[in-house]
This record gives sequence, structure tokens and C-alpha cells, in this order.
Amino acid sequence: MSKPILRTEDLCLVYGKGTPFEKQAVKNVNIEINRGEVIGVIGHTGSGKSTLMQMLNGLIKPTSGKVYLDGTDIHADKKKLRDVRFRVGLVFQYPENQLFEETVRQDIAFGPRNMGLPDESIQKRVMRAAAFSGLKEELLDRSPFDLSGGEKRRAAIAGVIAMDPEILILDEPTAGLDPMGRDVLLSQIEAYHKSRNNTVLLVSHSMEDIAGIADKVLVMNHGVCEMFDTTRNVFSRSEELETMGLRVPQITKITTELRKKGVPLSEGILTVEDAFKEISAILKKGGRI
Amino acid sequence: MNFIEAEHLSFYYEQEDEQQNTQKLVLRDVSLSVKKGEFLAVIGHNGSGKSTLSKHMNAILLPTGGRMYVDGIDTSDEERIYEVRRKVGLVLQNPDNQLVASIVEEDVAFGPENLGVEPEEIRRRVDKSLKAVDMYEYRLHAPHKLSGGQKQRIAIAGILAMEPDCIVLDEPTAMLDPKGREEVISAVTKLNKEQGITVVIITHNMEETVNCDRVVVMDKGKILTQGTPREVFSQVQLIRSHQLDVPQATELCSMLVSVGLSLVQLPLDTQECIDALSEVLL
Amino acid sequence: MRDITLGQYYPSNGILHRLDPRIKVLLLIGVIVLIFCTFNFFALGVAALLVATSVILSKVPIKLYLKSMKAIIIVILITSLLNLFYGTGEPLWSFWIFKITKDGIENSIYVTVRIISLVMVSSSLTFTTSPTDLTDALERLMKPLSFFKVKTHEIAMMMTIALRFVPTLLEETDKIMSAQKARGADMESGNLIKRIKALIPILIPLFVSAFRRAYELAMAMECRCYQGGEGRTRMKQLHLSARDFVALFVFVVAVAGVVLCNIFL
Repeated sequence: MSKPILRTEDLCLVYGKGTPFEKQAVKNVNIEINRGEVIGVIGHTGSGKSTLMQMLNGLIKPTSGKVYLDGTDIHADKKKLRDVRFRVGLVFQYPENQLFEETVRQDIAFGPRNMGLPDESIQKRVMRAAAFSGLKEELLDRSPFDLSGGEKRRAAIAGVIAMDPEILILDEPTAGLDPMGRDVLLSQIEAYHKSRNNTVLLVSHSMEDIAGIADKVLVMNHGVCEMFDTTRNVFSRSEELETMGLRVPQITKITTELRKKGVPLSEGILTVEDAFKEISAILKKGGRI
Repeated sequence: MNFIEAEHLSFYYEQEDEQQNTQKLVLRDVSLSVKKGEFLAVIGHNGSGKSTLSKHMNAILLPTGGRMYVDGIDTSDEERIYEVRRKVGLVLQNPDNQLVASIVEEDVAFGPENLGVEPEEIRRRVDKSLKAVDMYEYRLHAPHKLSGGQKQRIAIAGILAMEPDCIVLDEPTAMLDPKGREEVISAVTKLNKEQGITVVIITHNMEETVNCDRVVVMDKGKILTQGTPREVFSQVQLIRSHQLDVPQATELCSMLVSVGLSLVQLPLDTQECIDALSEVLL
Repeated sequence: MRDITLGQYYPSNGILHRLDPRIKVLLLIGVIVLIFCTFNFFALGVAALLVATSVILSKVPIKLYLKSMKAIIIVILITSLLNLFYGTGEPLWSFWIFKITKDGIENSIYVTVRIISLVMVSSSLTFTTSPTDLTDALERLMKPLSFFKVKTHEIAMMMTIALRFVPTLLEETDKIMSAQKARGADMESGNLIKRIKALIPILIPLFVSAFRRAYELAMAMECRCYQGGEGRTRMKQLHLSARDFVALFVFVVAVAGVVLCNIFL
């Protein structure tokens, strides 16, 4: 068993401590994330999931508790905090709103340049990041403000990927995209993960997206980490999720209900393909098809 | 004549390049009619022209070819432009950027104030509109402290206060979380069912279209197909090939049908799918 | 940063809160003029009494008033010292180039009391009137100016929109800063030039977003039939009530008091 790459210990965040507006945004979160895992993070708005993500790369300092990156407390040395942000890359929601350079190429280079890398290696990283996020090379010398919505999104994600982080956190990367843009982006993220074998955390409201890509799911509710288990196990607990205002993917809901009625299906089916395989096998056996 | 009538509508805009001006065609010969009281959904991926079409319905954009009529008025008639906008209200995607005032009820009052409605009547309309979207208790709040779904419902109330016959919503849920989506969809459904307001909703979330009267699918500035949700979603292959979603329930059953299962009709939602499948599986 | 409120409105149910904002603005102007028209200590005393009454009636914690004083304490100190040392007449006490005269002491007290009264009475307006009410009152009071081609409605509309969007843009700034920090932007170290340069990644996205918002807002306003100020009505009608007349009456009594003191004492 290898050491987890990221570990939190009783992580807490309290806003406005001692005032009547005191609010506990994150409560006693203890999680361990291993190298190479893809983790889906779900929870309704205000559940503390985005706050937790910003605590993992040191943008928000916990009021108590610790975050360990590769065994080291990230807040132990203030000077190294910037390095933590290069190692734990965070893509914010609607990241296209952060584009600012004259060309896409320069914008993607912003992160690597801040790392103090030599020009040559910056260019290499820019090309690689652009390829990973599916940006065509001819777009690189255009102004980022001339790109289409989906392209802007990919350029902004490339800006974080170019830092080559060991952990990549994406906060609702598909929000506002159309189905095509969403599918392209998700498959790019998957391909990137496969080739780099790094750790990916994906915050999303779309259970279908999570079911398609994540190995494990982290469920946040009122600042508490309610579940942290394999995707299959988490989505098998549909009733508990519903009490937190969360759904399971439609296909999981359908197969779970059929299972309850006595159809011999396995628990926590996540994709239409898996459901199709099992159901068509039953139908074949029964001679219905 | 139907309430909204698009006749061979075309629209292009000039694109200024370094060398030359090119025309970018967004809508090509679109003919569409919307009946009074109808609940219509327009779907299509980005760049399909669905948003441009919606902006023609209240004369924010004017056709470069063909005609657009609202309640018999040609939207190109400049003198009657505000009459058109009063009859057809448009709700935009980003709830933050369409609220004008820093107090909810004053924002809702903005439309009728522009129309020169008497103060007591504005008060009555503001209260009624806020109640219709279930936001009355927030009337004295500041919009920037509300959730996305709440803000979007206030934007709807702001349109409602102008007492329009039709509300057009241009991707009203694209920036919202699932809870906000549900709030907005159930608010407009209620307006359509209880007050008979014509609703045109532009979206790319297929689950939002399942309960409407008619779905129009747009692609490359043209109408690809249209019909009841069931008719449209039954064409799983066609929809899929244009990179749009079908509900998972429909997709699963259509896959089963393609290997020989016979079903009376393709289900559209979770419950229909469970019922149909438990019948053949048990 | 998130819970920022513009102005210093303090919600409460005091009598000053319930006064017509137009009356409050007019009274503020009146009181300011009054404070400057006091020519002896008795008159100044009457004006100061009036200011003290408004502070007490505002039902806003005195701590908040003191806080607003803190910002101008230096100004008060400097002006009162200057007045103290530059009086004319027979010196009571002198040292090197400094001399203190009876005149100087009197002037210094005058100036101090006047400045404090000014700040107090202006604060009592901003504490008791919400920014929207204030814009509203200003729009209506400026109405006569439109006779001189001043675009009063447009000015008020701009103020309304600014009030609405400042919190949104502050929140956005916060978000953009975090996003750039996540890409390693360093905003806390380096010399002045370096720090100004570090603002570019924040300011450009902020401007871009502000322009996009402005464009969308303009469209939304058109959708809601906005055609400028002409023919526009307002939902909120301001009505003068008994307490507004009482407030006016109190002010008139104070004016009479000041005039009498100026003439007879």
C-alpha cells in the first residue's frame, strides 16, 4: 500500500468566528486520496465542496486541521505555498473568465512562466497542454477573446494543465457547455489522466458525467464529508443521496428500481451500456429477443 | 395567424476580417409558428442558431430576410417595437446581468415603470408576479445575495410584471445547479398551465423538454426536426448524430428495441422506463 | 469582501429612518448652511444641539458615529491647531514664533465644533437612509435641473446600476484573484512596478467581464422596454407625512434660535 498523495486531517473552516454570522463551511473532513485516482466530488450548492477544493491547494487556509501533500503539511512553510499550487492545479468554475493575455499561447504560458521555467520548456509545455485539451494549433496565436465559448474553456484548462500538476482539480468544468462540448471535454480529461496517470478531482452537478469517469465519489453535505467510496457503492445508496438533495444517474435509478422489483440486475449500474448488456442477457434467456 | 409566426426567416451578421467583410449566416430560411398557450422547447447545440431565433421573437434582432410576426405585428415595424416587446418578454441566460435594481421589488417594477403604468397598478403587478414565481417573501432582499435559481425567477417576475402573452427564455438554466434548474422549470411550467402564458424555452438540457407540448430541434441555422417530445426523442439515431442528448431512459430502451425487443412506445422518463421494462422482464 | 454593503446604512426603525428621504436631504443641506451661519457661541450651541438631537433620534449606536469621526481626526487636529496659533490680537501666551490669543482659542473651538457637527449630521443621513432611497430622493430633487438640460434621470439610473453592480464586480474580482493565484500569480511580493504589473492579469479579465455585463444588461433593459426617462412612472411614490412636517418645524425653530442668538447675544 503506497502512501496517499493527498491527505486531510480534521480539516475545518469557520467564517466570521465569534460574530453572530459564524458559519462552519467545512467540518472535520478526513480524506485520503491516492495517486492516479479519479475522484468525483458531488454536493449541492453551498455544501462546502468548492471551499474544500480551494483548501486542498492552499488558497483558503483552514481554521483548524491539516492538509498533507505527499506527507508534508502544505501550510508548514509559507514560502513553499506557491509550489503547492503548481503541484495541485485548480481549474475554477467558468475558467474562461480568467483569460487575459494577447494570445492563447501566452495565456497558457502564464502558469509555467510563474514557475520560473526556461523559455524552451515553457513552449514545450504549452504545446503539450494545448494538445491535451484539444485546442487546434492554429488557435494558439489568436487572441483568447476571439475564441468560441468551448474553445475558451479549453484554453483556460490548458493554462492549468501546462503547470503539469500532480493533482488536477476541476470545479464544474462542463457547466454551461452544450452536450457536444461537454463530451469532448470529458474525453479529453480522461485521455489526459490516462497518459499522465496523475490524480484528478472533478466537481460536478451532473451525476451522469461523474458516473462515466470517476473511480470514487466524495459526497459533501453541509460542510461534512458524508460518503467517500467507490462510484458504484456511492450510487447504490440512492435514497440517502436523495435526502441530501442529490440524485443518482437516471440509468442507476432505473436499474435500482427494477432490482427492487425482483429483476436480477447487479447493484449500482452506472452506464447505459452496462444496463443494456445485463438487461439484454436476461431478455435473451427469457426468449423475448 | 398564429401568435408567433416566422416566415422564411434568415439572419446574417457582418464579420469584419482584416481583409474583407464576410457574411456569417446564422439562420437559414426558418419557418416556425407558435400557437397561443403553447409550451415550446427549442434545442440544438451552440451555434445552431437557437439563441438568435429567440432574439427575433421580441425584436431584439430583426430578420435580414423573411418576416417575423408577433400577434400579427411585423417586428420590423419600428413604430410598434415596444408593443412587440411588451407582448413577448425575453429572459436571458445570465441572471446576474439582467437585474437592474439593488432591491428585488424595485427590479420587478422596472418593466412596468418603463411602460408608464400607474403606481398602484405597478404595486399590484409586482406583488402578483413575485407570488407567481414564489419569491414574494424575498421582495426586500438584495439580488446579489440570492441563489442563481432565485435570481432567475426574479428575472422572470420582472418580465411577468409587463403582463406579456408570451415568455421566451434563452437558456435560462445553463448557469444554474440542479435545484435552480428545477425551480425555474417548475415556475415556467406553472405559468403556462395556470395562466395560459405561451412559453418558448431554449435549452440543451433534454430532460427539461420532456414535459412540453412540442420540441423543435435546430441545427446549422435550420430546423432539423420537430414534434412532440416522444416523436422527437424516438429518433434516437438522428438526435445522437447531431451530438445532442436523449434521456438515458429513452436511449436504453431504443438500444433494446434495436436488438429485437418490442415496446408500444419509447419511454421518456424514469417512471415510464421502469414500467415498460418491468412488464417485459418480470 | 463578500458581504460588503455600500454606504453605511444601518437598518433600524428610528424616526429618522422613516422620514421622507427628500426631506432628509434638504434638511441636511439646511443644517450645513446653518452651521456656517453661526456667528457667536450661543448660535453655535443651538446648531450643535440640533445636530445632537438628530444623532440621538437616529437610533444608531454612537460607536458608529465615532468610527466615522476617526477618519477625519487628523483634519480636525490640524485645522484647530492652525487656528489656535494664528489668531490675531493680544497674545495670552507665546513661545518662539507661536502665540496663543483669545481670538485664536475661540476660532479653534469654532472650527472644531463645526467640523464635528458637519460629519455627525452627514453621517446621520447616510446611516438612516438606504442607498436606493438616497438615489431616489436625489433624482426627484434634481428634477427641476432638467429644465437646464441636465440629464437628471440618466444620472440617477447610472447611480442605481452602480449600486447594483458594485457588489457583483467585487465578488468577481475576488474570484479572478483566486484563479490567477492558482496559476502561481504573485501579488504580495516585489517592488511597486512589479506589483502594478501583477495587477494586469486581474484587471484585464475584470474589464472584459464588466463590458460583457454592460452589453447584456443593455439588452435586458431593452427587453424590458426601457426608453429613457420620458413617460416613465415610478412604483414607489414618496408622500410627506406628519413627521416630515414636525422635522421641518424643529429645523425652523433652530433657524430662528440661531438668528436670534446672532442678533441679540
